[in-house]
Amino acid sequence: MNWDSWLIWGFAATIVLTTISSATQGLGLTRMNLPYMLGTIFTPDRDKAKLYGFLIHLLIGWVFSLIYVLIFQQLGAAGWWRGALIGVIHALFVLVVAMALLPGLHPRMASEQHGPEAQNMLEPPGFLALHYGVQTPLAILISHSVFGAILGIFYHLKH
Amino acid sequence: MASLRRLAIIYSVVLSHLDQAPKIQDYGAIGDCRTVALISRYGSIDWLCWPSFDCPPIFAALLDHDKEKGGYWVIAPVEVHKFEHAYVRNSNVLETRFICSSGSATLTDLMPVASEAFKRHNLIPDHELLRQIKCTVGQVEIEVRFCPRSNYGSTPVNIRSNPWGWRMDVGRGIYTLRGSIPLFIDDSGARATASLKQGDVLQFSLTYSEESPTVLPALGERARNAIERSIAWWQQWANISNYKGPYREAVTRSALALKMLAYAPSGAVVAAATTSLPERIGDTLNWDYRYCWLRDASLTIRALVGLGFMDEAESFVSWLLQATRLTQPELRILYSVFGRIAPVERELKNLSGYCDSSPVRIGNGARDQLQLDVYGEVIDASAQYAQHISRFDRSTQKVLIGLGNYVARNWDRPDEGIWEPRSGRRNNTYSRLLCWTALDRLLALDEKAVISGAPRELFRRERDRIRRQIETRAWNQELESYVSTLDGDDLDASLLRIPWYGFEDACCPRMQSTYRAVRKHLGAGDDLLFRYRREPSEGAFGICGFWAVEHLALSGNLQEAHREFDQLLKYGNGLGLFAEEIDPRTGDALGNFPQAFTHVGLISAALTLAEKERGQEHPAAKTGSDVKSSSPGAAA
Repeated sequence: MNWDSWLIWGFAATIVLTTISSATQGLGLTRMNLPYMLGTIFTPDRDKAKLYGFLIHLLIGWVFSLIYVLIFQQLGAAGWWRGALIGVIHALFVLVVAMALLPGLHPRMASEQHGPEAQNMLEPPGFLALHYGVQTPLAILISHSVFGAILGIFYHLKH
Repeated sequence: MASLRRLAIIYSVVLSHLDQAPKIQDYGAIGDCRTVALISRYGSIDWLCWPSFDCPPIFAALLDHDKEKGGYWVIAPVEVHKFEHAYVRNSNVLETRFICSSGSATLTDLMPVASEAFKRHNLIPDHELLRQIKCTVGQVEIEVRFCPRSNYGSTPVNIRSNPWGWRMDVGRGIYTLRGSIPLFIDDSGARATASLKQGDVLQFSLTYSEESPTVLPALGERARNAIERSIAWWQQWANISNYKGPYREAVTRSALALKMLAYAPSGAVVAAATTSLPERIGDTLNWDYRYCWLRDASLTIRALVGLGFMDEAESFVSWLLQATRLTQPELRILYSVFGRIAPVERELKNLSGYCDSSPVRIGNGARDQLQLDVYGEVIDASAQYAQHISRFDRSTQKVLIGLGNYVARNWDRPDEGIWEPRSGRRNNTYSRLLCWTALDRLLALDEKAVISGAPRELFRRERDRIRRQIETRAWNQELESYVSTLDGDDLDASLLRIPWYGFEDACCPRMQSTYRAVRKHLGAGDDLLFRYRREPSEGAFGICGFWAVEHLALSGNLQEAHREFDQLLKYGNGLGLFAEEIDPRTGDALGNFPQAFTHVGLISAALTLAEKERGQEHPAAKTGSDVKSSSPGAAA
């Protein structure tokens, strides 16, 4: 395990992932703002939530990149396509599993069964997060495969 | 053999009731803030879409003269002399009373609701419709016919009997029916008869789930508790209202109807619960209204904030500004409950339509239209809500200013306008008025420091240009009236909104003569108004009558405003529900039902009357910057 390489490229890949997520939102591909979703676990203040969420997302991205590099170490090889492939699997996990669990875990997110009480809550993501826009799965797939590809290209295996 | 003959007679008697196509006003609505079911006063559920408003219905008899084709679920005595229905006070729990020669029975229909706290501690179905019939006097023969159809009546539903009830797999969902008597499955669905004596009760629960294992709700005590809990929940909700003005009963019923049309998981409010109920019987003016129209935003917030439903107002404003982000700074006319662009419009050939008014349409073609007034609606709604907060967060400020910049660049374009005609774009006065409103409200928000960073000079300059254009080109000296389009000579009822947004004082000579011209040219008799002139004419437009009331109130003519309000209330159905339009010849309801736009119009008119009676400020005076409004109590 090459700790230095992981620390540097895990951080860099997470920054790129966050940047792509913001760009896909800005370009109108999706309404999904993952840092905002994470931040609102801790505060209802929209501005603060984005800041907290960014930091949490950075931390989580770093932790997830550790799993990527452990897989590279296990395989004995890295490379962009292996990283991108793990990224696709990661994205599918986020879309299919994590999004389905989120309304149950997030204290400020409504579920599809919410109602008739009206509290100002985050709307549920729905299957494949499609409630946040029909191109949301595409945005998640792109950002996570780029995340994996960066790690695959730049992470130096320790032999 | 004798019993078979008796059964045949029973079916034919029930069919004679069912063969009468109920009028639109014969329906009551029940809901759980995710969908609505329509129940005729004959005890038949003829419309139900699960899991949400715009999903394909399991019962759609409303849209075909052959009830069997669309699907329905009737529970009713075989021989009925009289039908009466009423809501349990201040609730969305519907009771239908059947008076028969041998006795009487009461059918209770509801979608059970509960607080989120209750739901955390109790296993309840994702979606449920509960029906209970009780014999209250003598003895009655009850008939149950359950005929589900999927995908707008195009696909039969296979009902399978299980030890715990009847199960139907439709698409990715499972419907489960449980009942306190056995049902017999036949080609068209399931049916049963039962003889009830005084005090006897039958219960049925229909649930829908997209997850297995599905929750199988118990009947008996559990169902009785669900009814009591739901009544209590609705009554508690209605009690949140701080309204102390006139027409409290009608206002509360309208608020309850509006609440039913709100989609709780996202905060959106749909325009109506149905598709393709016709604006003219037998004609093609049949549209799908199960989406959220931004056009309704300002009045919806006016109603929610004015009555004190701040949670609903906050959710709706949040939906308006966040769910529409994918198209911002441009706004579409309508969105789905999760902010998606409404589906492409298509016609369903297999349904003949309500009273043969075809085609039945799903999706809405107006999704591609340009309607510039929606910017003013969204910004005015935000400005009304902003009176109750100190400051919008930065991203909301950015959204609002982005909308303002779009208006400043585009207000001079022709558009389809509020009534969404499919005949092309025009320079609509109402669209200009709402563009003026958008910039005026943003300037006021900026002055109050609720937002910061707005390009004041640009907004002020463009707002003043719009004013000059309306004052010069939307005024027709010959008609002595504001007119629908710049340099035009047509009138439409939206001109009555000019004082409401504070552009003109309702008492000023121009508005007084505009009111007279609108009354003269668009009057449909009996205080009803057409929205515009059209040949052949459609129904009188429900909300336009309430706009006239509000105009009278704003100009200080409270006595006449009350008289007209009283008159208009007569056009609600017996339950206090309104459709989009009213047939001026017969008084029948026309168009989709129940209609949020009409109900928010009713609430807003009552609020304005109450405010004027208390000598309070014009609503726009609190939210606008360049508002012209009469002083409290000013005479016409």
